[in-house]
Amino acid sequence: MGKTLLDKVWEEHTVRTLPDGRTQLLIGTHLIHEVTSPQAFGMVRDLGLKVLYPKRTFATVDHIVPTDQRAEPFSDPLADAMVKELRKNCAETGVTFFDLSSGNQGIVHIVGPEQGITQPGTTIACGDSHTSTHGAFGAIAFGIGTSQVRDVLATQTMAIGKPKVRRINVDGKLSPGVYSKDVILHIIRHLGVNGGIGYAYEYGGSTFDSFTQEERMTVCNMSIEGGARVGYVNPDETTFEYLRGRPYSPKGAEWEAAVTRWKAVSSDKDAEYDDIVHFKAEEILPTVTWGITPAQAIFIDEKIPDPKDLPLKDRDTAAEAIEHMKLPAGTPAVGIKIDVAFLGSCTNGRLSDLQEVAKHIRGRKVSDHVKAIVVPGSQVVSTIAEKMGLAEIFREAGFEWRGAGCSMCLGMNPDKLVGDQLCASSSNRNFKGRQGSPTGRTMLMSPLMVAAAALTGEVSDARKVFGII
Amino acid sequence: MALEKITQVTGRGVFIPGDDIDTDRIIPARFMKCVTFDGLGEFAFADAKAAESAAGRLHPLDDARFQGASILISGSNFGCGSSREHAPQALYRYGFRAIIAESFAEIFFGNSTTLGIPCVKMSKEDIADLAALIEKTPSIQVTVDLTESKVSTDDIDFSAEIIIPGHAREPLMNGRWDSIADLVDGLDDVKARVASISYLANS
Ligand code: SF4
Repeated sequence: MGKTLLDKVWEEHTVRTLPDGRTQLLIGTHLIHEVTSPQAFGMVRDLGLKVLYPKRTFATVDHIVPTDQRAEPFSDPLADAMVKELRKNCAETGVTFFDLSSGNQGIVHIVGPEQGITQPGTTIACGDSHTSTHGAFGAIAFGIGTSQVRDVLATQTMAIGKPKVRRINVDGKLSPGVYSKDVILHIIRHLGVNGGIGYAYEYGGSTFDSFTQEERMTVCNMSIEGGARVGYVNPDETTFEYLRGRPYSPKGAEWEAAVTRWKAVSSDKDAEYDDIVHFKAEEILPTVTWGITPAQAIFIDEKIPDPKDLPLKDRDTAAEAIEHMKLPAGTPAVGIKIDVAFLGSCTNGRLSDLQEVAKHIRGRKVSDHVKAIVVPGSQVVSTIAEKMGLAEIFREAGFEWRGAGCSMCLGMNPDKLVGDQLCASSSNRNFKGRQGSPTGRTMLMSPLMVAAAALTGEVSDARKVFGII
Repeated sequence: MALEKITQVTGRGVFIPGDDIDTDRIIPARFMKCVTFDGLGEFAFADAKAAESAAGRLHPLDDARFQGASILISGSNFGCGSSREHAPQALYRYGFRAIIAESFAEIFFGNSTTLGIPCVKMSKEDIADLAALIEKTPSIQVTVDLTESKVSTDDIDFSAEIIIPGHAREPLMNGRWDSIADLVDGLDDVKARVASISYLANS
C-alpha cells in the first residue's frame, strides 16, 4: 500500500512516541511574529531553557504594524512595545528577523514562501492558524499556540497526534472570473467549518495541477476555516520553478539534490486515504460569504438563505448571522451596499492578486461612498508592484496604497471598521468583530470581486462589471 | 515538573449557547496587544457581552446568577478560528477549569489541554438537559469526572457520558498535561534526528 505525503513527512520527522501516544514531531522550520511569541520567549527563559536551533526560526512583524504611519515609535504604545520586544528577543537568541527596515518584512505566510524558506517535505509551525498556507509547497504546516511556540523554541519539536488524510479532488477548468478563492469558499461551504477536524486536507486534481503556486497558497491558507489544521498540495514543477533562485532556496548542486528529494515526497499513486471527496471546477461560480462563518457562503447569483430552509444544525448560527449582518433572508447577494473594500491579507495579498485586479480596474474609479485600501502582503510584493506601476493604477482608481501587514484582516492595528460598516474583503475570516469593530460586517470574496464592489459601491458580479462574460 | 493530577473538576456551571464560537469571540484581537497573558481574564467574551447588553439582553457571564462559575458549557466547534492561546488563557484567568461542549476546534483543544483545562465532549441532548438544570438552579455543583468519563451534578440526578481522547485524558490524569518536560527528555533523540535530515543537517 502506498503512502501519502503526510505519511512520509511524518515518518521522517518523528523523534519518538510520547508516553501519551502522541508523536514528538521535529519541526524543521519555525516562523514567529510579534503577537504569539513574546510570552513563549518568556516561558523559555522562566524554565531556564534556551532556543535550541536559532537558525531554524524566522521572525517578522505583521499583525500590529500600522500600514500608513510606519515610523517608530508607533502611535499605539502597546504595538510599539510588541515590536521592540520581538526585536530584542531575536537579537538575544540569534533568530533571523525580517524587520521593518529589512525590505523583507510582511505577513509571515507571505514572507516564508517568497524567501524560499517554505520548502517541500518539511515540517513548519507558526503561532498562527493560517500556517496551513505553507502546505501549498508540499510541507506539513501547523498553526500552534503559544505554549507550543515555547516547545518549538526550546526543543525544535512539539507533541501532536497524527491526523487522518482527506483527499479533495477538484477537476476541470474554472470559468473566467472564478478564482482559487472561490474554490476554497466552495469547499468550505460544502464540507463545513468543522468538517476538517482531525484531518489534513490533501488538495489535488487537474484544477490544482494547473494552478500557480500563489493560487495553491490561497486554498491551503483557508484549510483551517474548514477545520483542517493542515492542508497541502503535492509538489511539482510549478512548485520547484517558484522556489528556484529565492534567497533561502538550495543553490547549485544542492538544488538538484533537493528537487530529487522533493519529487519523492509526493503521495504515491496507490496511497490510501481516510476519505476522498470530489468537486467539479465548472460548477463553481464567484462566491461571497453572507454570514459570520466562512461556510455561510453563496454564489453571486444567489440570495441569503432563510434559516428555516437550512439543515437543523445550521439554523441557529444562520439566524445569529442574519441578526449581525442586518441582511434579511432572501436578500440577493448582488446589490448589497458596502462601505469599505479591503484588498490584502495572507489569503490574497500576493503579487498575482494585485496584478489581476490592476489589469481590470485601469481607468475606473472607486465609488464615492467607499473607502478602498490595498495592502500588499509584504515589502517585497509592495516594491515589485510599485516598480510594475500597479501602485499607480490603484491610486488613480481611488484606492489607498498602504505598507505591508495584516491590516484590516483583524482589529489589531489602526486599520479597522467603524461601527457597523460593511466590508468587501479578500481576507479569510468573517467572524463577528474580526475587522476591529464589534458590530462591523465582513463579506469574504475574491480580490476581483472586492474590486468590483469597490467600483460599484455594492456587491457585484465581477464578470459583468469587468466584461469578463 | 510536577503538575497537578487533574482527575475531576467540580464547580458551578454556566451555559454560553451557540455553535462555532470562535476565538475572536472569546478574546477580541485588540486585547492581544500584550507581552504577558496576565489580566486577560476580564476581557473574556468582552464584545459578546457588550453586544448582548446593547440589545437589551444579558450575556450569561454578566448574569449575577452565574458569577463564580468554573465550568463552561457550550455548543459545537467551540474555539474555532485563530490559534491564539490568549483564548484559553483568558478563560483560565476568568476562572474556568473545565469546558463541556458538543465538539471542539483542534488547536483550541490542544492549547487548553496544555494549560490543564479539560475539554470534554457531551451530546447535544445532555448539554441541553444540563443547561436547563443550571438555569433552574444556578448553585448546583457540576462535576466533570475524567476517571469515570462522566459529568454529574450534586443533589439532582444528572449523569451523562463524556468523551475525551486518551491523548488528552491520560496526561491530565497523570499530571503530564504540559508536554515540555517530555519533549526535553527526548533532546538526545531530537539532535540525532536533526543530524539525519538533509535540510537540517547544518543547523
Ligand atoms: S493576514 Fe489575517 S489571517 Fe493572515 S496572518 Fe494576518 S491576521 Fe492572520
